[in-house]
Amino acid sequence: MNLAASTATAHTGHTMAERIAIRDLKFYYGDALALKGINLPLYDRKVTAFIGPSGCGKSTLLRVLNRMYDLYPGQRAEGEVLLDGENILAPGVDLNLLRSRVGMVFQKPTPFPMTIYDNIAFGVKLYEKLSKAEMDVRVEESLTKAALWKEVKDKLNASGLSLSGGQQQRLCIARTVAIKPEVILFDEPCSALDPISTAKIEELIDELKSDYTIAIVTHNMQQAARVSEHTAFMYLGELIEFNETDRIFTTPKDQRTQDYITGRFG
Amino acid sequence: MSDHIVRSFDDELLALGRSISEMGGIAETMFASSVDALVRSDTQLAQRVIATDQRLDALEREIEEKAILTIAKRQPMAVDLRAIITSIRLAADLERVGDLAKNIGKRVVAMNGQFIPQKIAGGVTHMSDLALDRLKRVLDAYMNRDVETALDVWNNDEEIDTLYNSLFRELLTYMMEDPRNIGFCTHLLFCAKNIERIGDHATNIAETIHYLVTGKTITVERPRSNASYAPLEIGEIPKGE
Repeated sequence: MNLAASTATAHTGHTMAERIAIRDLKFYYGDALALKGINLPLYDRKVTAFIGPSGCGKSTLLRVLNRMYDLYPGQRAEGEVLLDGENILAPGVDLNLLRSRVGMVFQKPTPFPMTIYDNIAFGVKLYEKLSKAEMDVRVEESLTKAALWKEVKDKLNASGLSLSGGQQQRLCIARTVAIKPEVILFDEPCSALDPISTAKIEELIDELKSDYTIAIVTHNMQQAARVSEHTAFMYLGELIEFNETDRIFTTPKDQRTQDYITGRFG
Repeated sequence: MSDHIVRSFDDELLALGRSISEMGGIAETMFASSVDALVRSDTQLAQRVIATDQRLDALEREIEEKAILTIAKRQPMAVDLRAIITSIRLAADLERVGDLAKNIGKRVVAMNGQFIPQKIAGGVTHMSDLALDRLKRVLDAYMNRDVETALDVWNNDEEIDTLYNSLFRELLTYMMEDPRNIGFCTHLLFCAKNIERIGDHATNIAETIHYLVTGKTITVERPRSNASYAPLEIGEIPKGE
């Protein structure tokens, strides 16, 4: 299914750079095949949304993109995931470096049990040696990008856990941004948040995409429609349809896509 | 198409469709009666047509309210979204058809029982038969989601235009013959224009049906009677819709 790249080009009339190219990706949990040969581009500085019913493989796909699965024995991927042309599934890839290039934000906010400042500085220290002054700048920069600076600038020494759920999630985004990744993966980033916090995260994603390539898994169809340029509908480990988001939610080509987004999937 | 997981969503969509067909039925009847009243100089029938318009207006408001509420509650996507937007558009077109029929009724009342010449009555009847047929077919096409019939209606509008033009010339002759004819001829000319406009609303509805079924708007120029044209081909219809 190499329709993906050409379709996107055809509609917009100009070519978009592929930041990530997923080629015939298969994924196994032990013997169980969870992804059955996925081909998909993620375009540079665009938001791509993954939708589909639970168990369709969308979170699995996200976890492949920074090799999160490597933490678990018995899980393996076949095929290629090219990040700027380099296959990140190849043996010998530096996973720490990879995860600094491909950051991830999870469903539940996961701040470290330390101060707001250290939550951000901790990750940065793993990759860079910065002076105190440089680190201060980096922390402020990251919190500003995550639209959290104004709310926490007077309590940087307070615990990250003292923040509200929405603030914690933005702290996690700030933490991800601080490492200056190229790609940010969001795994249902708003499903534990109230509507106001959700709106703030969506606004944030809109701003972040001018600097980063973004992939987001969401169960909220309207959210996918709002935040993304491209949408991939997955079902039973297969990519059923990939197209511009506007097309997917108004005139999907595949009946299964239509049934899912209109609430007819039974 | 299979049902929604939430069954009350299906009920809401069905109710919208039913209200549209009720509006369609009323608009058709109003139109046919108004032309009857015109050719038979029946002021009483004309009064009834005028009174019926209220029901059509009420139904349009009802459809709009229901549609807006459904959008707010369900956040419909794809074919559902199109079905709801379509119902709002169709309600507006049918409400206008009712207004035009009502206007014909008002002119019948204004003409106050004055009989109209046989030849002109024939022309008006013929025109309204054609317009009514287009309206009926396009409403059937809506009920059956039949894009081919809708496009057929869309492609065939010239005959009404031609009839209107010849009626116009005929009325002009009457007016030039005797200035006392000018009053009722002007009324008739407006009636003919109203009938022609009802035909135009059938065309609008046909375009809306095309959008409903295919998800695409018709972008080509509609054929005109004085221009050569190739009839529109049916747009690509997504499978399974």
